[in-house]
Amino acid sequence: MKNSMVKYLAISAMVAVLAACSSAVPLNDKPAVESKTGTAPGSGDGRAVPTVTPGDADPLNDPQGVLAKRSVYFDYDSYSVKAEYRELVQNHARYLVSNPNRKIVIQGNTDERGGAEYNLALGQRRADAVKTVMLGLGVKEAQVETVSFGKEKPKATGSNEAAYAENRRSDIVYQ
Amino acid sequence: MNYANQAMYFKQTVAFLGNIRHFARVFLATAALIAFSAPVHAQLKIDITGVGANQIAFSAAPFQGNQGLPEDIKKIIEDDLVRSGFFRAINTTSNVDLNESTLIDPTAWKSIGVDALIVGSVKKLPDGRLDLRFNLHDTAQQKSLGKFSYVIGQSALRLHAHKIADFVYEKMLGEKGVFSTRVAYVEKSPGRYRLIIADSDGANPQVALASKEPIISPAWSPDGTQLAYVSFETRKPVVFVHTLATGRRKALANFKGSNSAPAWSAKGEQIAVVLTKDGGSQIFSMNTEGSGLKRLTSTGGINTEPAFSHDGQRIYFTSDRGGSPQIYRMSTNGGDAMRVTFEGGYNISPRISPDDKTLTYVTRREGQFRIAALDLSGGTEMLLTSTGREESPSFSPNGRYILYATKSSGKGTLAVVSKDGRIKYTLSSSGADISEPTWGPFLND
Repeated sequence: MKNSMVKYLAISAMVAVLAACSSAVPLNDKPAVESKTGTAPGSGDGRAVPTVTPGDADPLNDPQGVLAKRSVYFDYDSYSVKAEYRELVQNHARYLVSNPNRKIVIQGNTDERGGAEYNLALGQRRADAVKTVMLGLGVKEAQVETVSFGKEKPKATGSNEAAYAENRRSDIVYQ
Repeated sequence: MNYANQAMYFKQTVAFLGNIRHFARVFLATAALIAFSAPVHAQLKIDITGVGANQIAFSAAPFQGNQGLPEDIKKIIEDDLVRSGFFRAINTTSNVDLNESTLIDPTAWKSIGVDALIVGSVKKLPDGRLDLRFNLHDTAQQKSLGKFSYVIGQSALRLHAHKIADFVYEKMLGEKGVFSTRVAYVEKSPGRYRLIIADSDGANPQVALASKEPIISPAWSPDGTQLAYVSFETRKPVVFVHTLATGRRKALANFKGSNSAPAWSAKGEQIAVVLTKDGGSQIFSMNTEGSGLKRLTSTGGINTEPAFSHDGQRIYFTSDRGGSPQIYRMSTNGGDAMRVTFEGGYNISPRISPDDKTLTYVTRREGQFRIAALDLSGGTEMLLTSTGREESPSFSPNGRYILYATKSSGKGTLAVVSKDGRIKYTLSSSGADISEPTWGPFLND
């Protein structure tokens, strides 16, 4: 009796460990909420019912949430994060601090005027400026990579101020 | 994709401020060339001012046996020489029956204004190769300046026509010609980027790399066998080195952050790159196989676009350390830098002439981006272009010309200006948006 009780406890512990492992896996790449609802059709007997807890949804996937805004715009020839974008950067910093396994790439961009390499360096400055604010808010260096697209991947085409303004930008991209 | 169909064909217009008789000759020669041309996909416009009195008059005879071959040897030579700005073609039908062995009467040729007479032939050998021969007559000296024969495959015909033009250029002017050299550039169309290698006249374009992501900053190895460049194929700028003959490539610099602006040292044993891994944009050097990474700049902010001098002593580069982008130079080992440009608040993309005496770069003046040349000993700066959208200057390997990118009807095109600003021509192909040109080195062969 005693023996079988020990056996039962040991198996329970193993199940708990396995469960913990499997729930930790999906965090890597895809947003967690997808994997929680995801019992593939045709697998099992079709009667398994996954539990969804609203509070657990990753705020990153809320299209109406504060984290949906991921672009920081800059003035001409400037690489300082304007006051109006502080809150946006803070929201992402807060998320990254509470999700230390998440990583981002900040991609800096410029408008089309000037040389390709110098613009690449300017775009890098814009990405670095956003990173600096985030590190000041407690985000870890290892969570952030800053790269530049310079003027090579313009979001808006056209040689006018509206297009230029759209392209002077840093984008926060979750990995 | 058959690239031959998209080869660039040229129409020539020569603006020449000389006597009317000369103009008529050039006009006739031009008309004859146009009649010869295949459908015009692109245009070459040559604009020459001020060198007219010194132009060498030449006549190139149709090469005997040329009919039925894919290239018109006479036309390639003629186009090369005229495009250089130092030659004018004299059109005549009295040279049609000549070849490299014909005895000619120099006085008669001189009397109709011909300084240099180019004659030759091409013959198919039983094994399919071609026997290409030519002779260059100097009518003033009344002698031949060289008589040569090449046995070549058919695909090498265009290259050897360029080599004949190089020979004529060198014999008549005393400096090496660059017609047989190559250029690299990037062609952009929506969602597609192609790194292209073409002859110096823009013909014979070959795609070295086709990518869905941008490619910038191609840089030739000094021996002309490899290109370093920046590719965004992994969603970030990474420096690759690509061997042209085999297509083999490897990521040379792929550190955290951005990797860009590759430049080869004059002897090709080192490559400088710009890395952001330590904060800011910093210039590093490394051995060409990737070892020996060494940081050369230490100011915060931007240090980019390294360019080695040809004596192996210095690196010119762009930095914003003084508050605006200016060109500086430092030892190839790094350390203290000296500012080189002072005019204007935006000077970028330095390249140094093969003799290390002239610096070319892009300068912004009143909102216009123009190509400048700075005499490093005297400090005199010349603005060479005026259309206002210029980028990416690079010297021809003989130092005579500067190749750069400009805009025409919203599309990027290639243009060339002599370093004294007196000769200008543009290369373009319809539909393509071209940028990031760089002129390749002389080839040893």
